[in-house]
Amino acid sequence: MKRYSVFAIAREGLRYHQGWERAWRSPAPQKRYDTIIIGAGGHGLATAYYLGKNHGIRNVAIIEKGWLGGGNTGRNTTIIRSNYLQDASAAIYEKARSLYETLSQDLNYNVMFSPRGVMMLAQTQHEVRGYKRTVQANLLQGVATEWIEPARVQELVPIISISGPRYPVLGAIWQPRAGTARHDAVAWGYARACSEMGMDIIQNCEVTGIDRDGDRVTGVQTTKGAIACDRMGIVVAGHSGLLAQMAGFRLPVESVALQALVSEPIKPCLDVVVMANTVHGYLSQSDKGEMVIGGGADGFNNYTQRGSFHHVEETVRALVETFPMISRLRMLRQWGGIVDMTGDRSAIISKTPVRGVYINCGWGTGGFKSIPGSGWAMAELMAKGEPGPLAAPFSLTRFREGQFIDESVAAGVAH
Amino acid sequence: MLILTCPNCGIAAEETELSPGGEAHLHRHGPGSSDGEFEEYLFLKENPRGVHFERWRHSHGCGKWFHAARDTATLQVFGTYSAQTTEPPQHIRDAITAARPGWRWRDFS
Repeated sequence: MKRYSVFAIAREGLRYHQGWERAWRSPAPQKRYDTIIIGAGGHGLATAYYLGKNHGIRNVAIIEKGWLGGGNTGRNTTIIRSNYLQDASAAIYEKARSLYETLSQDLNYNVMFSPRGVMMLAQTQHEVRGYKRTVQANLLQGVATEWIEPARVQELVPIISISGPRYPVLGAIWQPRAGTARHDAVAWGYARACSEMGMDIIQNCEVTGIDRDGDRVTGVQTTKGAIACDRMGIVVAGHSGLLAQMAGFRLPVESVALQALVSEPIKPCLDVVVMANTVHGYLSQSDKGEMVIGGGADGFNNYTQRGSFHHVEETVRALVETFPMISRLRMLRQWGGIVDMTGDRSAIISKTPVRGVYINCGWGTGGFKSIPGSGWAMAELMAKGEPGPLAAPFSLTRFREGQFIDESVAAGVAH
Repeated sequence: MLILTCPNCGIAAEETELSPGGEAHLHRHGPGSSDGEFEEYLFLKENPRGVHFERWRHSHGCGKWFHAARDTATLQVFGTYSAQTTEPPQHIRDAITAARPGWRWRDFS
């Protein structure tokens, strides 16, 4: 695989760009692999990448029902942050955020990580107390965040109205090294690196069954035939419950639709990410100039990858109060993705009742930001058969034991 | 937008008028139950891609609870029925069978 560099651009510029290679191979599946990863989204590809890079396991197939990065990896609002209250969450999200810092260099693929800073507004006294507590927790966890007063919020975000009638801005928790990245590039970069290590990425290949010999996994049935394996990782977000059912166990997840929208592109006016959890909305400006707006999740089980109008209305109505200038913007498009919600709103990275089957799911509304950390922890679990310190708290058995990682309280809605 | 007809007051209510209440027909466990039974009751919810039974509350209307049978993949509503039931009534099962032959949901078909 040829490396991408400024010299490559210059070389190709002189020969009509005829020499670029395909970024990854599209092979037919072999009869057997040591390891199969189901799901070629960010988390699945990152798992495969760190299996190869950190643990030397390279006889790997990554199987994808649609096209790689076509699920939630391509449907999020690209926000990366790690200002969580609970130690287990802060550890894995900060691991992810720190890996994002050098991901472009590591993958030789520009994922456009932009540490522009993420600000979570406190618009009620309850939030002021909650976020000040989070800042203290982050200090102990080694996550760099600070509490900022309204004047500093106004300085960082000139378009904000801090004296809004319903929800005045009382301050914010500010994480300067949080930010955004190009979501598709994260999937593409990992895919290219996996392919270069000799792994097979098999797209348009739906898993229809999971083969077992007693309590041990032996392979998968797919629309492209049977593939045998010793070890399997299920990393499919919204459809985790269906895959678990095929493998023969139940998951504590429910799938709901989460949606977002973008405005028409405008000139640069916002160079940080602003999250307003009281009013259920978050806002950033993409490199193309669109205002990217994230909204709420449905409260009922839903597998349709589309949103509903009233969520758009509620989100925009709330954001217009805090950002009056966006009131005249037109909506360009909106979309939805299926997220898998657990009872404590934290992920599952765990062994399962079936030997050789490992699961990584339950990221709910916070999946994109965790991709490198999640892949790192999942690869360690799959390579060693036992979870490392990052994955251990996220076990499937914690629901029976009551050892929750309770981010539904800590993170509010915009997880 | 989802529109469900409240069986208590007969109004065809939009999603914004209703509050979702999660999985219907849960098995509740009494004193002396095991950790596994409580885990199942609290966390191991049905999450089908297809036929699903749910509790809903007509919160911005008559305020009463009811049950709904719905397809989670298409948002088709098969019908709504009283909350005072422990399993789906026959006319709801017939309506689902007409649209989704061979369906199963937990112990029901």
